[in-house]
Amino acid sequence: MSKIFKNQLFIPIAALLLLVLFNLIVDPAFFALSKGVYDGDSILTGNLISIIDNGSELAILAIGMTLVTAASGGQDISVGATMTLAGSVIVKVLRGSETSPVTLHQSIIVAFLVGCLVAILCGAFNGALVAFFKIQPMVATLILFTAGRSIASWVNNNQNIIIKDEKFKYFGYYLPKIPIPTPFIIAIICIIIMALLLKFTTLGLYTQAVGINENSSRLNGINPTLMKFVSFIILGVCVAVAGLIKASRQEGTISYGGFAKYIEMDAILAVALGGNPLGGGKFNMAASIIGAYVIQFLTITLYARGVNPEALPAYKAVVVIILVVISAPTVRDKISSLTKKLRVPKKEVC
Amino acid sequence: MSDVSKASQSGGFKNKLKNISDTNILLVITIAIFVIMYVIAITVFKGGFLKPQTFFNMLNSDAALIIVSCGMSIVMITGGIDISVGGVVALVSMSCAVNLDYQGGNIFTSILIAIGIGLAFGIVQGFIVAYLDIQPFIVTLAGMFFARGMTTIVHSQQFNVANEAFMKMKDTHIKVFGIGSYNKNGTFVPAYVLIGTIVAIIIVILLFCMLKWTKLGRSFYAVGGNNQSALMLGINVKRTKFIAHVLCGLMAGIGGYVYFMFVASGSPSHASEMEMNAIASSIIGGTMLTGGVGNIIGTLFGVLSLGTIKNIVGSAGFTDAWWTNITVGSMLCIFLILQSVIIARKRRM
Repeated sequence: MSKIFKNQLFIPIAALLLLVLFNLIVDPAFFALSKGVYDGDSILTGNLISIIDNGSELAILAIGMTLVTAASGGQDISVGATMTLAGSVIVKVLRGSETSPVTLHQSIIVAFLVGCLVAILCGAFNGALVAFFKIQPMVATLILFTAGRSIASWVNNNQNIIIKDEKFKYFGYYLPKIPIPTPFIIAIICIIIMALLLKFTTLGLYTQAVGINENSSRLNGINPTLMKFVSFIILGVCVAVAGLIKASRQEGTISYGGFAKYIEMDAILAVALGGNPLGGGKFNMAASIIGAYVIQFLTITLYARGVNPEALPAYKAVVVIILVVISAPTVRDKISSLTKKLRVPKKEVC
Repeated sequence: MSDVSKASQSGGFKNKLKNISDTNILLVITIAIFVIMYVIAITVFKGGFLKPQTFFNMLNSDAALIIVSCGMSIVMITGGIDISVGGVVALVSMSCAVNLDYQGGNIFTSILIAIGIGLAFGIVQGFIVAYLDIQPFIVTLAGMFFARGMTTIVHSQQFNVANEAFMKMKDTHIKVFGIGSYNKNGTFVPAYVLIGTIVAIIIVILLFCMLKWTKLGRSFYAVGGNNQSALMLGINVKRTKFIAHVLCGLMAGIGGYVYFMFVASGSPSHASEMEMNAIASSIIGGTMLTGGVGNIIGTLFGVLSLGTIKNIVGSAGFTDAWWTNITVGSMLCIFLILQSVIIARKRRM
């Protein structure tokens, strides 16, 4: 029993089960799947589908955020801003100089690669500040947090753009003949790539070593500066992928102030909910990813209960605080010592 | 870690530099850069910046940010962070606006509400951070979400306050003795400040004295510098952290009321990104997120530096909205690199 409690996956899965239970009691119809039609193809719809669909960007970001957290002991708070920037650059490359292009100026691959390059440059900038100049991650990324959205609106001259292109919409909606939303498929691909990287390279081991003790990992021949830098670069790639999905969902219309707003907070919450120490060190990638979907589950549950989207953060905050307090080590110790006290007299009676 | 190395005053420049504590060296840089920036602004743009009122207007509009940043600095000195302050400011101004206009409240009740909300946030967050030992970032992040959500629950639309007594207090101009400028007709127009500015200055002085000379103030530095050794010295680490968060919450409450006095309206989008501005000002003012290093006077100059750079960008003709944020970002970048380089060099000497 205690083994289950101590497993890191316990917290996110317990939270998930609690949410499922809540929905089962309040409204079992929440889980209903139905068939819809999108562009002539039959697709699946329902709350569960919209959870795995809309949670994809968050899950992709959580992958990178987990690595950054583990290696640097801090969080990147600029992901929302750099996502806006990446999306903006992708749209800029696609549209050329028109506001509602009929044909795309460049292929989507090229646009994505350029967006990817920009996001990686942002990651490299953050990473350089953190790794070489030894600035705390949250402070270093504060720079792009303040400037990123402004640069994004500068790139597109603050114009509203609409890209009505079938192929560009594939990334945020559905591929032909496939009933599952594309973002989820992209998220799964990212997760598989990350799993392979962790399995067959020393990335995971080195990252954890640097996070646990920088000096001793250096003495063991690991380059802590490089590891921190690499983790930020990986996050940059994740940001570019998430930015592409989000831009495709909006059909190229990017509201520079509100695009992916607060997603950095959600991504950090996903890491925390996964039970990963925010001070760096050990991490569990699966727990973070489940954490990301739990957050989306919570959001959709609240929407289904008719909560005003503007007031949503208040409810989210209460749930998050309860989860974090329950999972806090001090609280868990107290509870376990309490249960022990309760158990001891019973044994004497027997 | 911070103010200990003041022993020997002899020796060359190198030794003297070594003897300046981290807090002081960062403070000197901040003040120097602020002065340089202001002098450049005066020489390049002449007219506007020469008028004392330009400077006092900056103080007037940034009074709330000064108060909030002071609270933020205290939490950062103890090694924590509080990102709920922007949300609390928005919640306070919305609640006060609703109280004054819809519930027939007066100035006194609205001030009570402001301080109450601030204290409540400080106490709850402080308790969870200090006694349950949960990362301050997560707790205050939830606090921010909660405050922002509650603001829309209290009232979902922006509206202006029409309470007469309040508007009278809001428009009270306090003349600054002997300072002013001559207008076109040659008559002397004295510079003025608002009530909020006076409050901000009093708070800066009070907190500066507290951090410098009281036992509590010194224990903030001790806890931020090194948790373990602070514990060995017999400081109640948990209580110190708790008090720091309560103080920050209180400052957010008071700052919220000052903000409310400046804008005289309630809106869910008020004070957006104020927490980031407060953190930026604290950092520019020489407070380090790792804890143990910081100064309230530095924070004051941090806010003023941000205000000046925004003014300069506006005067230089970069009126597009994005330039402000880009310059603030690059300024933050320069300061951070400067801080890290200077501290690294000082350590090596």
